[in-house]
Amino acid sequence: MTTLTHLQRLEAESIHIMREVVAEADNPVMLYSIGKDSAVMLHLALKAFYPAKPPFPLMHIDTTWKFREMIKFRDEVAARNGLDLIVHINEEGVRQGIGPFSHGSALHTDIMKTQALKQALDKYKFDAAFGGARRDEEKSRAKERIFSFRTADHRWDPKNQRPELWRLYNARKAKGESIRVFPLSNWTELDIWQYIHLEKIDIVPLYFAAKRPVVERDGTLIMVDDERMPLRPGETVEEKMVRFRTLGCYPLTGGVASEAATLPEIIQEMLLTTTSERQGRVIDHDQAASMEKKKQEGYF
Amino acid sequence: MAHKSELIASDIEGYLKAQEEKSLLRFITCGSVDDGKSTLIGRLLYESKLIFEDQLSVLEADSKKVGTQGDKLDFALLVDGLASEREQGITIDVAYRFFSTEKRKFIVADTPGHEQYTRNMATGASTADLAILLIDARKGILTQTKRHSFIVSRLGIENIVLAVNKMDLVDYSQQVFADIEIAYRAFARALGGIEHIAAIPMSALEGDNVVENSANMDWYTGPTLLDHLEAVGIRDAAQSKAFRMPVQWVNRPNLDFRGFAGFIASGAIRPGDRIKVLPSAKESTVKAIVTMDGDLEEAVAGQSVTLTLKDEIDISRGDMICTAGDPAEVANQFETTILWMADEPMFPGRPYLLKIGTSMVNATITRPKYRVDVNTLAQEAAHELALNEVGICNISLDRAIPFDAYDDNRETGGFILIDKISNSTVGMGMIHFALRRSSNVHWQALDVDRSTRASIKGQKPVVLWFTGLSGSGKSTIANIVDRKLIARGAHTMLLDGDNVRHGLNKDLGFTDADRVENIRRVAEVAKLMTDAGLITLVSFISPFRAERRLARDLMGEDEFKVIHVDTPLEVAEQRDAKGLYKKARAGQIKNFTGIDSPYERPENAAITIDTTKTSPEQAADEIVRQLEAWGKITS
Repeated sequence: MTTLTHLQRLEAESIHIMREVVAEADNPVMLYSIGKDSAVMLHLALKAFYPAKPPFPLMHIDTTWKFREMIKFRDEVAARNGLDLIVHINEEGVRQGIGPFSHGSALHTDIMKTQALKQALDKYKFDAAFGGARRDEEKSRAKERIFSFRTADHRWDPKNQRPELWRLYNARKAKGESIRVFPLSNWTELDIWQYIHLEKIDIVPLYFAAKRPVVERDGTLIMVDDERMPLRPGETVEEKMVRFRTLGCYPLTGGVASEAATLPEIIQEMLLTTTSERQGRVIDHDQAASMEKKKQEGYF
Repeated sequence: MAHKSELIASDIEGYLKAQEEKSLLRFITCGSVDDGKSTLIGRLLYESKLIFEDQLSVLEADSKKVGTQGDKLDFALLVDGLASEREQGITIDVAYRFFSTEKRKFIVADTPGHEQYTRNMATGASTADLAILLIDARKGILTQTKRHSFIVSRLGIENIVLAVNKMDLVDYSQQVFADIEIAYRAFARALGGIEHIAAIPMSALEGDNVVENSANMDWYTGPTLLDHLEAVGIRDAAQSKAFRMPVQWVNRPNLDFRGFAGFIASGAIRPGDRIKVLPSAKESTVKAIVTMDGDLEEAVAGQSVTLTLKDEIDISRGDMICTAGDPAEVANQFETTILWMADEPMFPGRPYLLKIGTSMVNATITRPKYRVDVNTLAQEAAHELALNEVGICNISLDRAIPFDAYDDNRETGGFILIDKISNSTVGMGMIHFALRRSSNVHWQALDVDRSTRASIKGQKPVVLWFTGLSGSGKSTIANIVDRKLIARGAHTMLLDGDNVRHGLNKDLGFTDADRVENIRRVAEVAKLMTDAGLITLVSFISPFRAERRLARDLMGEDEFKVIHVDTPLEVAEQRDAKGLYKKARAGQIKNFTGIDSPYERPENAAITIDTTKTSPEQAADEIVRQLEAWGKITS
């Protein structure tokens, strides 16, 4: 008798979910955020449809404020695997000059990320979108279904979710409605790292510690990734050994001082650390229920 | 993020190696708000060092603000996620929690305890290997304990932990614990289906016997809750059963490769194994088990794989690949247990979609044989099933599907029911067995087929389904169309709602359930007429979308045309040719469409006739023109 390990069971579950979507949706897409969770999700998609290529495009919502290394990595991954990559930017937001420094994190995230995502889903008429969210990230995520239904205006209604039984997912929807699908729902942060280690999956080098130009601001280390970052009086750019535990818009993503330059060292650091993963993200800090509210409005 | 281990700091590579071998246990916690369920889960997360400092500071602040434990930490707040739940202080949905120890990763389905959340509990239980039943030591076995046990046993969870909580409030009394354990074992024996019960006395609030052995209960020598969860045997039983793999997706990247992708529901498979594909019953041999990491020597239950076969046989999504020597059964009628999950009750006779494995089929459910009172387990007569009710019902499908009895195989014997209009999941069910009439009454192959019957009449069969309010002019228009078609030498039949109610349907009234059955019978008759090659005109109010769709699904899109005779209610009421509106307004007729029973307008009518602008004669001409355009009759 073969006993499957927890990672083998998680892998099989995610692959099953992806195949159900491809079999039942008309026009699926995979939202690719370039981070470690997206890297795992893409790796699973390659496995799910092997020897065919994943029968859907990748889509990146580019806020124009991502780390440059992320964009380079994104284009390399798509080219190496021969995948269709759609990059969507909210051009209206660009015209209005929306940015995290000038407009604050909340407005920037809403316009360049949430609104941009809705625009893109409407534009390409995708009826199913894979996202790399995990239930262990945050309390309202813990209650979201794997197949998460959205109204025609992209809203999530937490009180009216479809029951999800056994392995039987209900992917039916009316015209104009869509589903967000989370194949990594049951993975934890540790599972993700272990799987990356075990499967030797490439991730953006920003996850590994290196000397990078940073300024200390409001208690976090912000990397000066391009000339658009205005320095406040008294701030100086310093070269420090830092790495990033999550990746997003560089002005909104705090780095941590670290010497961890290999995967085992990263995992070690994570296991010994005392703060949770999303703490580096500015967006969650407003209020306890802020993520739930954002999700109802259409944030992934 | 995880438990403490010396290895993390000293030998991370060694630690990671050890972690690769961890297994996975999924469990559900059942109990009501007051039993301390959220507190228990919060405690497990806390004790296994899963709470980070930033989360802890939020917890400390929240405990002071909305907590119920005075100055102490309120662990329940860690678990109750949605904002509305935190305000009401109850858990209303299923939330999934994760923690891991040296030996295992755990996925916890945290579900609500109240009777109105029976469906949420069943959702959590459907994927669980084990259930923790919480009992308040002061109260003992309650009605809800029995309800939870019933659901858990019907869903086939064989391992139960009886967590007798709040022992601190009964002075850690051994007698109280022993009484509860004895009473529960007696109840479980009577209920049946639960194989293993472990009873543990604990206090989630104080931490007794959750992770650490309790100093307050030295009379208890068994394992702590966490010790038990780490050691309990996980059902590998699925692997020792016969091979089953519902086909999810056919992988055809090029002409040389044709693979069948699926999740192995049970058993094991090796290259060279003989397989049978259901329902076609064609056989072949496994050529290879293809994965991106290379072909496998063997694959087992719980893996997602792609199989290639030695022979070219036709296989598509919804088929099931089985071991040839011990295949699943195939049938289209079953006895089942159904748990209803929607606000709108289950109507016998109404068509629903049924998903089992990777098959999606049309299903109709008979009137329940009986309903089970989930609190007393008594069997009661019932006409329908309401939200959270459990009933034993027969189900009949529009085609045969491969299946196993749920008790034999959870993966191939469980199904969900989906509403065809709202698309929501409205019920779950478990197959007991196929009905014998299903396997014994075979479709008799006929020597003369339907296209032959139609072609000698020089026409193509079609159903013209006239729907609209009473007095809208359906029958008037249908009669004129009928006359015109006969005059052209076409072969027709007209079924009128009123006339059918004098004969075939004279046993039916006008309740919603009877209207559904009324239409079902008429649709079946229309189908027979269509098979005979006739152009069939049906004039029926048919107010519900679901039933018109049932009729359409019987016939197929091309042979079923909805004609909406669209007369506004005021106009129809003004005409009131039969004086019915007057009686309905006076309260002498109940359930009258348009007055106190709804009319759902068709969304995809082939022809819509506005009788305020078009005369019956003009309408009939237009319909005949359309029949020519559709190629049903020659011009």
